Amino acid sequence: MRDNIEDIEVELLLAALYQRYHYDFRHYAKASIKRRLIQACNQLHFSSISALQDALLHEPTTLPRLLNYLTVQVSEMFRDPTYFRAIRERVIPHLRTYPSLKIWIAGCSTGEELYSFAILFREEGLEDRTLFYATDINPTALQDAEAGIFALDRIQKFTENHQKSGGRTSLSDYYTANYGRAVFDKSLRSRVVFSDHSLVTDAVFGEMHLISCRNVMIYFDRPLQDRAIGLFHESLSRKGFLGLGSKESLRFSVHANDFSEFDREEKIYQRIAA
Amino acid sequence: MTDAIPKAIVIGASAGAVEALLTILPDLPKDYPLPVFIVVHVPPDRRNVLAPLFESRCKITVKEAEDKETVTGGVVYFAPSDYHMLVEEDFSVSLSSDELVNHSRPAIDVLFESAADAYGPGLLGVILTGANQDGAAGLAALAKVGGIAVVEDPATAYAAQMPGFALAACPTAKVMSLKQMASSLLAWGAA
Repeated sequence: MRDNIEDIEVELLLAALYQRYHYDFRHYAKASIKRRLIQACNQLHFSSISALQDALLHEPTTLPRLLNYLTVQVSEMFRDPTYFRAIRERVIPHLRTYPSLKIWIAGCSTGEELYSFAILFREEGLEDRTLFYATDINPTALQDAEAGIFALDRIQKFTENHQKSGGRTSLSDYYTANYGRAVFDKSLRSRVVFSDHSLVTDAVFGEMHLISCRNVMIYFDRPLQDRAIGLFHESLSRKGFLGLGSKESLRFSVHANDFSEFDREEKIYQRIAA
Repeated sequence: MTDAIPKAIVIGASAGAVEALLTILPDLPKDYPLPVFIVVHVPPDRRNVLAPLFESRCKITVKEAEDKETVTGGVVYFAPSDYHMLVEEDFSVSLSSDELVNHSRPAIDVLFESAADAYGPGLLGVILTGANQDGAAGLAALAKVGGIAVVEDPATAYAAQMPGFALAACPTAKVMSLKQMASSLLAWGAA
């Protein structure tokens, strides 16, 4: 018998979400998921997680609203500038040796990281030979990423980050400001494929030279982290690169030996050619 | 009513945190049986400054918490800057980059509420000096599941607001000076 009713409700809701819509959050770290569900209940005015579950099953409009609580990450362009500096200074020289490149931004959310990479690759003269894949499980977030519009009050931080990352141009070259919004140049998306893809349930879809997946796996439990890392391993070319968030690591993974630490501090790994 | 014997300690601190923690952490012995989780508000770009600072001054093991690591006694875990730190019900740590709570990441409330779920009445929570109201809701959640709530005496705290808000949200909390807290932590460890 369990005392904590909310924990029971969380499990039941996640089961319902999976059975009804095939969104699988059952192996996400529980404490964060529970926080987000309670926040969704409060802000969407449900009296309990069970009431939210009832609406989820019977009211089709509930799903996209709930997904925004369960998945959307507020990020920044060039978040952790030293990561992008390491990509620019240490990874790009390797990528330059390939005639064509495939880059996967896994869990791209509303696109901040994607636009960072597109700008960085343009600055480095690699954009024309690169195809970017930007994937997420949240269709609303993908639409936002594809629109490339960000609130103007976030741009100052983005600009600072871009400069700290070693940016060779001015961020203002890439957007036009109007009505409190920064609208990013659509040519930045001309080499981008946006796609619905789940690291939990979907498979390999191409051979990548670089995969960047930051602060996504941190929400997974260990077995699910291993699945995602295995998927990345299979998706990478020989000596392909994998970039993670600053507090993510392959150290505890069953796949740890399939990668070398390319930049320990910035959590950039390289697939060991085998 | 006698308190349950604590199985873990959570501490939250903001303005004046380092001085306050230097009064209570150095006395903890290397074989202290409990894990100690600490959230201190630090700017997002300060990478791993707290653990090295305290490591050299403490007998107990001090480290920055890593995602998914298993919790062990005798270790002080500091939340990394720019990440929330949570305790899972299987007694592992998880980190998150969810939005700011009380304008903070890491936030004290996030740690306290998740730890209250994981440890229930076996949790001891301490709110130290600070100039905001983070931790008040977390301490109330901890008290609600039967944990032991402790607040630094606002009269002697470097910044009185945070202990004040915590006391208002959790009036049953024990009020202590830093010196009393230092000896109480030792006593709870020996319980």
